[in-house]
Amino acid sequence: MDKFLEALPVVVNALNEGFLQTLKLFAVTLVGALPLGLLIAFGSMSRLAPLARPVHWWFRRRNQKAAQAQQPERSPGRIARALIAFQPIRLLFRLVVWVIRGTPLMLQLLIIFYIPGYVLDGGSPWPSGDPGRFLAAAVAFIINYACYFSVIYRGGIEGVPVGQQEAGQVLGMTKGQIFRHVTLLQMIKRIVPPMSNEIITLVKDTSLARIISFQEVIWAGYAFLKGSHGISGLIWPLFFTGLYFLVFNGLLTLLFGWVEKKLSYFQ
Amino acid sequence: MPVLDVQHIEKHFGSTRVLEDISFSLDQGQALAIIGSSGSGKTTLLRCLNFLEKPDQGTIAVNGSVIFDAADPDTQKESEVRKKRLHFGLVFQSFNLFPQYTALKNVTLAKELLAQERPDFKQNKKQILDEIEAEGRTLLEKMGLSERANHYPSQLSGGQQQRVAIARALALHPDILCFDEPTSALDPELTGEVLKVIRSLAEQKTTMIIVTHEMAFARDVADQVIFMDGGVIVEQGPARDVIERPKEERTRQFLSRYAQG
Repeated sequence: MDKFLEALPVVVNALNEGFLQTLKLFAVTLVGALPLGLLIAFGSMSRLAPLARPVHWWFRRRNQKAAQAQQPERSPGRIARALIAFQPIRLLFRLVVWVIRGTPLMLQLLIIFYIPGYVLDGGSPWPSGDPGRFLAAAVAFIINYACYFSVIYRGGIEGVPVGQQEAGQVLGMTKGQIFRHVTLLQMIKRIVPPMSNEIITLVKDTSLARIISFQEVIWAGYAFLKGSHGISGLIWPLFFTGLYFLVFNGLLTLLFGWVEKKLSYFQ
Repeated sequence: MPVLDVQHIEKHFGSTRVLEDISFSLDQGQALAIIGSSGSGKTTLLRCLNFLEKPDQGTIAVNGSVIFDAADPDTQKESEVRKKRLHFGLVFQSFNLFPQYTALKNVTLAKELLAQERPDFKQNKKQILDEIEAEGRTLLEKMGLSERANHYPSQLSGGQQQRVAIARALALHPDILCFDEPTSALDPELTGEVLKVIRSLAEQKTTMIIVTHEMAFARDVADQVIFMDGGVIVEQGPARDVIERPKEERTRQFLSRYAQG
C-alpha cells in the first residue's frame, strides 16, 4: 500500500501529461476533419458529368441528319449512357473514401509517418522528434476521420427533403444561402447521433498513434511497466488510463445530449 | 398585354413526353385554375414556370419580356434564373415550410437575404430589417395568423402551415402566384380555411395559377380554367363554361367523376 501511495502522484502526473497529448490530437483532428469531411461530402455528391452534353449533342445532330435522310432515329446505347453518367469528381471522392475506410487506421499512420522518408530525396518531411510524430498522427487522423464524417454528412444532407431546397429556390435564394440558411441546421440535427458515435470512437482511437511513438495516455501508462520516472514493473497505471477515457467520454455524452435537446425545438 | 404568356412549352422526362405544345396567357388580376387527373402534367407545368424544371421547347414571357426561351441559352443562365424566379411565387402541396424557423421568420427570411444585396443595407440595416418584419407580421395577420407568428411549423395545423406558406410566397410580391394542389394534403375541415384565403386573394385581384382538384372552387374563384390530359391542354376557356358546359368529351368524362363523387 505504501508503495502504491508513493507511486500514485508520479503516475497521475505522467498520465495527465499523456492525456493532454490525447486531447491535443483529438481536438486538432476535430478541427481539421469536421470541415474537410464536409468538403469530401460535397465532392462525393457532385453531379458534374462533363461528357453528358457532348454525347447528347452528338446524338441530336446525328438524329437531325437521320431525319433529313428519312432514316430512323437512334437513342443512346449502353456505352453512350455510361459516358453520359460518367461523374469523375463523385467517382474520385468515393474512391478516396473507399480506400481510407477500407484500410486500418494503424496502417495509415505507419504509411504517413514512414513512407515519405523512403520515397522523398530529402528524407522524412516530418519535423524530428515529438512535433513530427504529432503532426504525422494529426494528418492521418484528419484524413481518416474526414472520410467517415463525409458519409455521415452526406446522409444528413440527403435526408433533408428535396422540397426544402425547392422552397428556397423559388424564393430566389442562392445555392449557398439555401445550404447555410435552410439545409445546414436540419442536417446537423440529423447527424448528431451518428456523429456522437464517431467522435467518441475518435477519443479512443487516438491511442493508435502510439504505433508511431506518439506519447498519448496509454503510452504513458504502459511506460510504467517497462520503466519510467524511476518506476518499473507497475501494471495498474495502464488500466488506470481507462478512467481518463471513461470520464472524458462521459462529458462528451452529456454535451451531445445537450445539443440534441437544444435542437429538439423543431422537427 | 398579358402578364404571362406561355408559348409551345414541351417537356420530356427521358423518353416520356410530359408536356406537349402548352400555350396560354394570363391577364393581370386574373385567376387561372388548371384541372386534370394525376399525371396529366399540371404540376410539371407549374414547376416549369418556377424554373424547377427546364422546358425542352417553348417560351415564357412575363409583362411582355421573354424570360425563358428554350432555344436561347442566354435566357437560362443560373445567375439570372434566380432573379427571374421572383416573378413567380409557388405554394407547394406539402407546404415545405422551413421547420427550424418560426412562422414569421419563414415569411421574412428570403426577403432579408435579398435585402443584404442592397447597397444601402449596411447603413440602414436595422430600419430595413424592421420594415421586413413589420410587413411579415401584416401578411400573417392577413392570413389570420397574427397569434401564431412565433410558433414553429410543427406547432401549427396543416391549414395554418399552408397559410404561412402563402404569406411566405406573397412576401416577395410575385407577379404571378402559383398554387400546386394547395389543399391536397389537408383534411376537408382544414381545406376550407386555406381555400378561403385563396378566395380572398382572388377578390383582391391577385394574379394566380391554381392547380387544384376542387372543382367547385375552381368554378367559383377562377376566371379561366385549363383542363389538361396526357400532357396536353384539352380545353381552356372561362371557368363556368369549361366546368359546367365542357365542349370536349374527355373533359366531360373527367368532370362527371367529380359530379358523382
